[in-house]
Amino acid sequence: MLLYATRRFGLALLILIVAVTVMFLMIRAVPGDPVQIMLGPRATPELQARLTAELALDQPIWKQLLIFYGNLMQGDLGIDVFSGRSVTAIVFEQLPHTLALIFASILWSALLGIGLGAYAAAHPNTLIDRIAAALSVSFVAAPAFVVALLSLLIFAVHLQWFPAIGAGEGFWGRFDHLVLPAFAIGLSWVGYIARLVRASMLEVMGESHIRTARAFGIHERRVVMVYALRIAILPVVTVIGVGMGFLLSSAVFAEIVFARPGLGKLVIDSITTRNYPIVMGSVLISTGLFVVSTAMADLINAWLDPRARTAA
Amino acid sequence: MTDTLLEIDRLSVDYETARGDLKALRDISFDVRKGEIVGIVGESGCGKSTLISSILRLTAPNTRFRQGEVRFRGEDLLQLPERKMRDLRGADISIVFQDPMQTHNPVLSIGQQMLDIQHRSKASKADKRARAAQMLGAVGIPDPEARLDQFPHEFSGGMRQRIAIAMALMSEPDLLIADEPTTALDATLEVQIIERLQELQQEFDCAILFISHHLGVIAELCDRVVVMYAGAVVESGEVREIFHDPKHPYTRRLIDCDPGHIKERARVLPTIPGEVPDLANLPGGCIFRDRCDQAMPRCAAEVPPLEQLKDGHQAACWLNHKEAAE
Ligand SMILES: Nc1ncnc2c1ncn2[C@@H]1O[C@H](COP(=O)(O)OP(=O)(O)O)[C@@H](O)[C@H]1O
Ligand code: SF4
Ligand SMILES: [Mg+2]
Repeated sequence: MLLYATRRFGLALLILIVAVTVMFLMIRAVPGDPVQIMLGPRATPELQARLTAELALDQPIWKQLLIFYGNLMQGDLGIDVFSGRSVTAIVFEQLPHTLALIFASILWSALLGIGLGAYAAAHPNTLIDRIAAALSVSFVAAPAFVVALLSLLIFAVHLQWFPAIGAGEGFWGRFDHLVLPAFAIGLSWVGYIARLVRASMLEVMGESHIRTARAFGIHERRVVMVYALRIAILPVVTVIGVGMGFLLSSAVFAEIVFARPGLGKLVIDSITTRNYPIVMGSVLISTGLFVVSTAMADLINAWLDPRARTAA
Repeated sequence: MTDTLLEIDRLSVDYETARGDLKALRDISFDVRKGEIVGIVGESGCGKSTLISSILRLTAPNTRFRQGEVRFRGEDLLQLPERKMRDLRGADISIVFQDPMQTHNPVLSIGQQMLDIQHRSKASKADKRARAAQMLGAVGIPDPEARLDQFPHEFSGGMRQRIAIAMALMSEPDLLIADEPTTALDATLEVQIIERLQELQQEFDCAILFISHHLGVIAELCDRVVVMYAGAVVESGEVREIFHDPKHPYTRRLIDCDPGHIKERARVLPTIPGEVPDLANLPGGCIFRDRCDQAMPRCAAEVPPLEQLKDGHQAACWLNHKEAAE
């Protein structure tokens, strides 16, 4: 397991380096002089030259990349041109908001989705199964930004159950502000996960080892919750791990609709102003998040499934 | 009949399919006595697995019990509430299923699974573990204590089959059902497992219902044998009787294909020209007629009943009726 974990994280690091390099080159390939856009038309040539030198934009691209990685090793993502603050500090200030939103979304949707799916699979073709199926389909069909807008209008503006905007203060304040965005992002996942778990469960429940467990009189609840679910859940873990990218993009919508601080808002704002160091920093963190979450998914699967440990 | 353990009485089971009802078992009757080893033989698809899963009511969802009883110690299992049925499973009746590669849970260690099946025992976890290791040792798995922590995929097919047998015997059941426990194994392993099964049967004194399509194994192991064809019993009796004086053309053909020596296993499974009739669309008359080289006009008209020929020897063929000899 330890060997597996080491290797898996080595791979994750490699993926991260490739992804960040590609991203770096892509951003530099966007047409237009970034310095002019950042400083505006009335900036003096001296100021422009200083910024160009500061960002190392006058260097060949490979050297820019080396400088970027060199700084990165020291945790230095550069200085924000506008505020003069360290980009690392700005990004890490926003990161917790996004992380909280994503984890809250995954947590409630995975728990509900797995429960719903497992229950439906254990009682196939009953009324509850049908209701769950109908709900799942409508949940899947609901895009996060539509749910975000509607829930904002209904629960925040009209019913005033939850606050409409911002991130809140203190534990309960933050919790309150998290409910609606997490609901909006998670809703389509509930349906998706429920359907996935149901299909996967039905398949596993038909396998012969389940019949064996029953042939020994093991209680049906244990058969479903341990003997079957532990296998049926494997594809769900992978899907959530890989779905992290998708979750991040939903988080961008939710952060904009609910005017929440977070990486999503930061990226959108800095792209429109061509604030390179901030874009690069946010992209780096998002990519890191994605790579780490897929690696985590693989590790969880390896922990759940001994066959995966030896296979890799 | 105080020493009768299991009575299958006129059991008929269908599978509901898109093509209509598939008549997997028709009017099956036979007994298993205490401490006795009964073999069931027949080609693939003749309903052996359906029969044994019906006994424990662990059948596919599309199964329909149409008629008959499965009495265990006099009680009809088909009428038992699910709760009581669960109390029997793995305690009084244990099963070793057909495919050793699929029979264990792939994500739980063997030790965990062997601990779980002792859920009725009040013993401590350490005692249960010791018992599991002892059972693994009894079926010939070396270093059992250490191997408890391993997972199914770390064992060979033969080892997994031994583990399945160890698990089935752990509760010292009155009846052990083994569905082709050696079909997936090579000949040497097969002999080893059969010998081990014989020893364990002596030790635990349980009855065994042993399913195989390898006659050599049946001859070696069993007291009595039930020959099935296309979902029906065509002949049954003492092993000696059946092998020396088969009274049904199908049994005769099986014996011709597989001379019945455990160590000279036919390389290929017994093959008899022709096909098993479509169970969803059964022809009238004798079900074996299309493949029988002794068929008579009567065979097309009437189904031959399963008749008592000698003490304990039954067959369902018109050749055994006096008028056939004329
Ligand atoms: N769940 C099922 N639905 C429909 N037909 C089935 C099902 N299970 C088995 N059968 C059919 O029933 C017949 C008997 O199968 P089985 O009991 O597995 O035979 P055996 O164990 O002797 O090979 C076969 O024709 C098989 O295809
Ligand atoms: S009844 Fe007729 S067809 Fe059937 S096995 Fe006997 S001889 Fe053959
Ligand atoms: Mg079978």
